[in-house]
Formats: sequence, C-alpha cells, structure tokens
Amino acid sequence: MQADSARFPDNVAAARRDATLLGALDRLQRDARAGRVETVARLPEFEALRDAARDIRNGALANLAANLERFEANVVANGGAVHWCRDAAEACEAVARICREAGAKTVAKGKSMVTEEIGLNAALAGAGFDTVETDLGEYVLQLRDETPSHIVIPAIHLTKDQFAETFRGAHGDLPADRSLEEARQITDEARCALRDVFLRADVGITGANFLIAETGSVAIVTNEGNGDLAQSLPRTHIAVTGIEKAVGTVEEALTLIRVLARSATGQEISAYTTFATGAKREDDAAGPENFHVVLVDNGRSDLLAGPKREILRCIRCGACQTVCPVYGAVGGHAYGAVYAGPVGSVLTPALAGLEKSKHLPEASSFCGACEAVCPVRIPLPRLLRMWREDAFQAHLGPKVMRWGLFAWSALTAWPWAYRTAGGIGGRMLRLMAMGRGRLTRLPFAGKWTGGRDLPVPEGGTFVGKWHGRRGR
Amino acid sequence: MEAAQERPAVGLFATCLVDLFRPSVGFAAARLLERAGYRVEVPRAQSCCGQPSYNSGDRKAARRGARRAVAAFETFERVVVPSGSCAAMFVRHFPDLLADDPEWAGKARSLAGRTYELVDFLARVAGWRPDAARPPSGSVTYHDSCSGLRELGIREQPRALLAASGGPELREMEGSDICCGFGGTFCVKYPAISEAMADRKIDSIEATGADAVVGGDLGCLLHIEGRLSRRGSAVGARHVAELLDAGEG
Repeated sequence: MQADSARFPDNVAAARRDATLLGALDRLQRDARAGRVETVARLPEFEALRDAARDIRNGALANLAANLERFEANVVANGGAVHWCRDAAEACEAVARICREAGAKTVAKGKSMVTEEIGLNAALAGAGFDTVETDLGEYVLQLRDETPSHIVIPAIHLTKDQFAETFRGAHGDLPADRSLEEARQITDEARCALRDVFLRADVGITGANFLIAETGSVAIVTNEGNGDLAQSLPRTHIAVTGIEKAVGTVEEALTLIRVLARSATGQEISAYTTFATGAKREDDAAGPENFHVVLVDNGRSDLLAGPKREILRCIRCGACQTVCPVYGAVGGHAYGAVYAGPVGSVLTPALAGLEKSKHLPEASSFCGACEAVCPVRIPLPRLLRMWREDAFQAHLGPKVMRWGLFAWSALTAWPWAYRTAGGIGGRMLRLMAMGRGRLTRLPFAGKWTGGRDLPVPEGGTFVGKWHGRRGR
Repeated sequence: MEAAQERPAVGLFATCLVDLFRPSVGFAAARLLERAGYRVEVPRAQSCCGQPSYNSGDRKAARRGARRAVAAFETFERVVVPSGSCAAMFVRHFPDLLADDPEWAGKARSLAGRTYELVDFLARVAGWRPDAARPPSGSVTYHDSCSGLRELGIREQPRALLAASGGPELREMEGSDICCGFGGTFCVKYPAISEAMADRKIDSIEATGADAVVGGDLGCLLHIEGRLSRRGSAVGARHVAELLDAGEG
C-alpha cells in the first residue's frame, strides 16, 4: 500500500483490517506506556527536568542563528565543513556531491528521520551509490521497501516472524534450513551482514540528536552501536540534520539527553551516547578523515517565524506517538507522512502543505495525552487547533461539516430558538425510536449510527423544565 | 472550602448535551449543589459554550459562543458545569479566545477564576461528602474524561466522593485515563478511529466486571453507551452526578 496523507481515511480502513499491525500496536501501547511510567517514577525531578528541557530548547531557538554560526565556526576549526541547504533537493545534492568527491561506492547509514524527510536513499540510489541502512529496524524496512512507522521504533509494525521471513529472502547465501526463531538469531544474522557493510563503506551517514555550538560537536544517541560504526569506520562522515537541532552548550545537550531516552523507550539512558567533533587529527587512533554536516532547513525557518514555532522544540523522542490513542488505532503508515502521530500532524502540513495533509490535524480527539508526556512540553493540541483554524479559513474541510457547524452556531446564538429546536428534535428522535431507549439507524447521522446506537433524549430540555417546573 | 453561611448563589451551566439529551443529569447536579448548601440558578440565556466551533477551527464563532457564555454568567460568584470539557472551555480557553478583545478579556479571565467542574466543586470548594441513607449497590468503574483530567486535574475528586458515598464498589479499569474516542466532532469525522478507541475502552471496562461505567462528561458517556449497546453489552453508562444523587434524600 502506497500511503499518502490525502488518502488518510482509506489508509485508516486498511490499517483496521490488518490484524498483525493491530496486535503490534496493542503491545506497543501497553508495554512502552508502562515502561515510560516506571522510569519516570524513579526520577522525582522529572517534571522539573521537563521544564528545564523546554527552557533550553526555547533559548536555543531564540538564539538559533547565533548558535548555528558558532557551530559552523567550530566545525571548520576542527577540520570539518558545514553545508547549508534550503530544501530537500539541495540537501540530497550536497550529500551526493560529497559522496562523489569521496569516490564512494558503498554508503553506510545510521538511523535518521531527516534523511527520510528529504528522500536521501532514493536520491543516492539514483546517483549510483549503494546505500545500506544499518539500524536493525531500518535495515529490514529497506529490504522490504517500506518506510519507518515510528520515530524511534521504525519497524514497530512488523513482527519477529516478518523480520525472519525478510532475512530468508534477502540473505540467499546462508543455509535455507537455519533457525531464525529467536530474536538473538535474527540480530546475529543482521550483525554479520552489516559488519561487512561497515568495513566496505566509503562514506558513513548519520543523523544528529543535537548540534553543540560551543564545541562544534554532533551528538547521537543510539542503542545498537551502528551509528558509532557508521560515523567512525568510513573515511568520510556526513551528519545530516535539521537546523533546529542546535543548542548552545554540552551541558544543555546533557540535560536534554536525560529526558530523551526516558521519554523515547523508558530507558534511563540509551546504550550509546556519542559526540563526534571534527575530522580525525594526526594523533587520533581512528576516525573519519573528512567530516561534513549537512544542515537542512526545509521549511523550518518559516515555522520559526510563525505561530507554530513551538513544534521546533521537538527532540524526536516519539513519546507522543507511543501514547497517542489515534496512532495506537491506525499505526504510523496511515498518516502517509514521514512523521506520524501528533508531532507529525503538526509538522506534515508545514513540510508537505496543508491541502495535501488536511486530514492529519483533524484526526485527533484532542485528548491531550501527547502534551502530557512531551519532554519539552510542546502544546500539541493547541498547534493542531491552529492548523484547523488555517484549514477553516481556507475552506479545506467537508462542506456538510461546515454548514452543520454554521447552523449550530447560528442557532445557539438565540438560546430560545436553540432550545425550541432542540426540544422538537428530541421529540422527533423519541417518535422514531418508538419507545425504545436507542436508535440503531438514523438518516443523515450514519457517521454516528454506523458503529454506535444513539441514546434517545429523555424529552424536554433541562433549562426549559427547570424554569417550568420550579416556576423560576 | 467556603464557610457555610457565606455560600453564594451558584450559576449552573447545564451544557448542551445535558440540556438536550439528559435533563435528569442537570437536575441531579442541581440537587447535589443544593444539598451542599448552595442556591442554584439556571440562566435562560445559556446555550452552547462554542466548543464544536472552537475545535473545528472556526475561531470567530467560538468567540461569539464565549462572549455569550461570559455575559450569561457574569453576575455569579460561582459557576458550576457538569462536564470537564465544557468547564475547561470556561477555565482554560475563553481567556485565550477573548484575550485581544478589550471589552471581554477581563470578564473572561474573571469568569475563568470563578468556574468549576461539578465534582471538583463539590469535593474541593464545597467540602461536601455524600451521606446517603440508601446508597446504590453494585459495582462501577470510572472513566477519566480527557479535558477534566488533563486540563482541570480532576482524578481523585470523583473517586473520593464515590468512596465516601458508601455506594457501589469502584473497580478501576486498566487505562482509565485513555481517551474513549468521543472527541466532539471527531467521532463523526473519523468514525472508524473513534469506534476503535471506544472498543479498546469498552474492553477495559468489561474486564473489570463492573455493572456500569461512570464518568463526568455526557459526550463520552453517550458515545460509550452507544457503542456498548451496539456490541450488545449489558454494562450501563451513568453520569457521576446521577450516581451521587441516586441514594440521597
């Protein structure tokens, strides 16, 4: 299924028929939810840390230009280069150019959502490079020609058996009768396949969790260690990331790291936290000879200048996806966008245009679970509502909804008329129900009665009865 | 807590769903407030708080709704709403909606400070505790509606009152704080998602073996009740005001 945001309702219907997906989502929401709650409970100052993290991100965004320039100066001083890219095409071209100059054949990739955002793998394939994802989940997705469905758990929609089946198809040189029952056997096989890639690769590409202005460092946090191999074994390391990732100091980054893993996976800290600072120096034992940072704007400057700038605080922990009951009902692919879930429903209209992604801000019950877990306290429902306001202004919603709301809003402006009409409507429903307490079908209300009965009004209105019966 | 002799008249905002679907919830709320020592008034000028427009992006219509509600309740020292999501409109969203309106901004902020969700008001402001002669028996499970829980901090209040009532046994469900999928217009814009969320909620409700699910928001309850009924479940759905009122008097 080639999903896109414009076909969101179709994507939802397909997702609801996919029993494997629904099982995986149930497990994610039960286990990951509990994991985060437990870890947070062990850290009494977690709420204060969230405040600090929010303030650090706000400060970093307020000083973004200065932070980025300082970052660039330090990268250059450490023997690296920074490439400023306005959009996806510029960023892909910058990466391809570096790969060409490095005479690369094989490119090893660490996990990076920004490279998904700019479509880097397709661009590199088109330019003739053999690009291999080295995060286990991303590797399986690449073999299956699928996209990540969650920011930090990209293959959450797949089962262990699907991993095994994919490996049997891809690793034809291995004995067909080998066992891939255990998770351990699957990871061992991936390790062997990927080790060769790391040793072969001419270029390693990673994302960045944070860019540190005072040192010119690129910080990544990972669990598999593949990011470290990808950025230290090949001769050339390219970090590709969004401009909003810059913070001022190492200390600021460390505070953010304290909330990141706890929010993302319920771990106190990820297995690997790595700061890459510049190219290999003469007396360094190892490291890349060439160090490049590709900074991607792709709409971020516009977001920063507008009313939805708070979304740029996001540190991509995925907690809002994991906790979101809508995400839990449909999975990440239904959103038809690189970033799924609440954060994606705010980002996608900015990246892809509101008209193409108009369903996403609407597909929220505004339950607020996302805001309640966001480590940098992004008011996600408020930002989604802003998109709804933009969509309303642009007349993007269904006409019937618009007219229905207009009629309701006009009626409620006249409480007497509203109550009279409401009373008449209630009487009609009672007549149609013929003495039963609920209606199972109702013309023009199929969206409700398709899956729910409609409890019938008791009769009369509260305000009318109150003033009638009590004579007030 | 307010001293008994100083208790001012309370303005009751019924909410459109109680007004049009379940007047009995409004009467139950009024009786509870009267038992807590307040005189209850119900302004005729009330209708809808404007939340459907607000959440559908029609800010202009939402501001009209906000101004209408602010005007209708301007004279009350205390305003009580038997719904967390409508109360949150008064408390959290009216001040924001009317912030740049010089005539109404101050009034909206003032009303926000005087408005309470019903159970929160009874438990915290009135310090009321049920003293029913014949409290209802059986067992219930409590659904935390999202706005009341996350925008107004209502979690312990209904549980404290239910426990003090000596009434039905409270059996906590797994994920009582997870959205039921109502979400106002969301439930008819994306019914497939809304129903999936309701099913997850109902699975948790049924796992407790409780006779009924109780909550503070009629929107959630009508939605859950409608889905329970469609699934052929025997579990009922009741507003917490009805339950607290049931054994009284």
